[in-house]
Amino acid sequence: MKLNVNSEIAYTHLITRKKQTMIAALGVTVGIGIFIFMISLVVGFNRYSDESLFKAASHLRIYQDDILSKPLIAENKMGYTAVIVNPKIANVSNTLINPEKIISDLKKQEDIVTIAPQVSVNLFYNNGTSQINGVASGVNIVEANAMFNIQSTMLAGDVRNLLATPNGILIGVGIAEKLNLQLYDNINITSSIGVVKVMKVEGIFKTSNSNIDLTKSYISLAMSQQLLHQSSSYVTDILVNIKDPNKAPEYAKLLKNLTIYKVEDWQTANEQSMSNKKTRQVMFGSISLAILLVAAFGIYNIINMTIKEKLNDIAILKATGFSGKDVINIFLKESLIMGIIGTSFGLLMAAGLIKFVSGIYIGGDREYFPIGFEPQIFLIGAILGVLITLGAGYIPAVGAAKIDPIEIFRR
Amino acid sequence: MEKQVILKTSHISKYFYEPVKFKALDEVSFEVFDSEFITLIGKSGSGKSTLLYILSTMDTDYEGELFIGNEKITGQKPNYLAAIRNKNIGFVFQFHYLLPEFSCLKNVMIPALKLGKYSHQEIEEQAYQKLELLGIRDQALKPASKLSGGQQQRVAIARALINQPKIIMCDEPTGNLDSKNTGIVLETFQQLSSEFGQTIIAVTHDNDFAKASNRIIEMADGKIIHNL
Repeated sequence: MKLNVNSEIAYTHLITRKKQTMIAALGVTVGIGIFIFMISLVVGFNRYSDESLFKAASHLRIYQDDILSKPLIAENKMGYTAVIVNPKIANVSNTLINPEKIISDLKKQEDIVTIAPQVSVNLFYNNGTSQINGVASGVNIVEANAMFNIQSTMLAGDVRNLLATPNGILIGVGIAEKLNLQLYDNINITSSIGVVKVMKVEGIFKTSNSNIDLTKSYISLAMSQQLLHQSSSYVTDILVNIKDPNKAPEYAKLLKNLTIYKVEDWQTANEQSMSNKKTRQVMFGSISLAILLVAAFGIYNIINMTIKEKLNDIAILKATGFSGKDVINIFLKESLIMGIIGTSFGLLMAAGLIKFVSGIYIGGDREYFPIGFEPQIFLIGAILGVLITLGAGYIPAVGAAKIDPIEIFRR
Repeated sequence: MEKQVILKTSHISKYFYEPVKFKALDEVSFEVFDSEFITLIGKSGSGKSTLLYILSTMDTDYEGELFIGNEKITGQKPNYLAAIRNKNIGFVFQFHYLLPEFSCLKNVMIPALKLGKYSHQEIEEQAYQKLELLGIRDQALKPASKLSGGQQQRVAIARALINQPKIIMCDEPTGNLDSKNTGIVLETFQQLSSEFGQTIIAVTHDNDFAKASNRIIEMADGKIIHNL
């Protein structure tokens, strides 16, 4: 196939100035390479921090919110201003009414992956004279494990033992160390309303958060209800995981209408880490965009130089019947080719960098640097690379199209 | 048989504003007939080059009217003018102005490739014919920058001919050449005009060159003073 004449001219310009072409392309390569690498870094790290967040928190939590007492007289009645001085929290109990019904309703929702009812119990862990206060989660361990992958954090024991042993307990490694407990040892617990139970340590877990390790434990749902002197329908929270965690806020609204209870999404519950996430995104995003811009200036310079050197050629082309559009077309093609070459190598460079960095050992529960190949980011990088080079070529190309051949010939 | 008018100007005036307002062309009207070999002569500053650039359609900033064939050119859009130049006008300049990265053959072919009327192969054949006509077929595949001035000018003439334009316009085509090459170029023009019926308008300083043409238009102070 023969190229059309504009492409042929663009192509000839490029190969007769290989060095400049390569330098311009190299600028794009570095720009795109670093851009993709940086964004992958952020995405990898965000995913990692979300993952560690989801080891302790569900995507959505349904619970009975505290309600302040309200005046009996309707507040909007004419001539009255209803006021309660020093209102109190009016909840008799913070249980969810008819949790089985709520759970069966939730199961009909398509995007819900796991549902785990839970009872939180404030208690003391005692061993001899030492005492630690903490929170026990009364759960169905199979569902809770599906949600938080507790088994992966276990140092000793097995989560399933909790099913077989009614008075079994899984404790954090901090509690075990402080109370000098080992697997299958007995531990005394005292609930907030004074119920005392002797439990058997069926497992010890270690999360990435030492504070959780020092306070948290898992017990069976029935045991937690006993500790609070409640019936078997007593449930304080229902935890829900959905397919796409990012859609949690929308789902919170939906489930609130479905259940009438307060539904909290994980983004609201973890505002701090959300704002950290945004800060990271903005920081790295702006740095890498700046690098891309520098690369764009490289292309701009090279095209501009080419045009300055080729004034005569442009005049000749115009005299022999090439229109302004053709001239723009020629120089856009040149920057497009440089952009495509540069971007392709940029993708390779990013892949190499990611491969290298993902092999760096950092310790902790993640062990290796949290970075991975994100096809989406590579795609965005490729598109951006080509668009930016096109933009950088367009400005001088328009200038070239406006060149008046007569001025050149008159010299 | 009456000769066909191929180019006509009617009261063309042009001003330059830098450094001071100055009338470069003053109501120039004349006609060019088919197969004519015309030279424009005059002292420098007489407006002959300015007139040529207006005739070439590249300069659109003037008063009066220009017709090529029967078509009014004045007031057309730049892209349309580019298409007209491509199809109807061939150019030869004083400083040969070839594209240095391309071979002579490619230089000749480019306007035809732009026109897109024939296939690549046909254009290549035609380009070889034109180079043959000008006696430089053997240089076809050399880069344009490797040729001597006379050879380059002949490549430029071949390029001007490739689309079989109605008119060839030349700005000092021999101004930069030695007498031997000037002779060759002049002969070529005479041959093109007499044998191939090609219309040629050339701006020149060279009196010998002018004497060899069919008609001499002499200009002074933006006006035609002799039209013989």
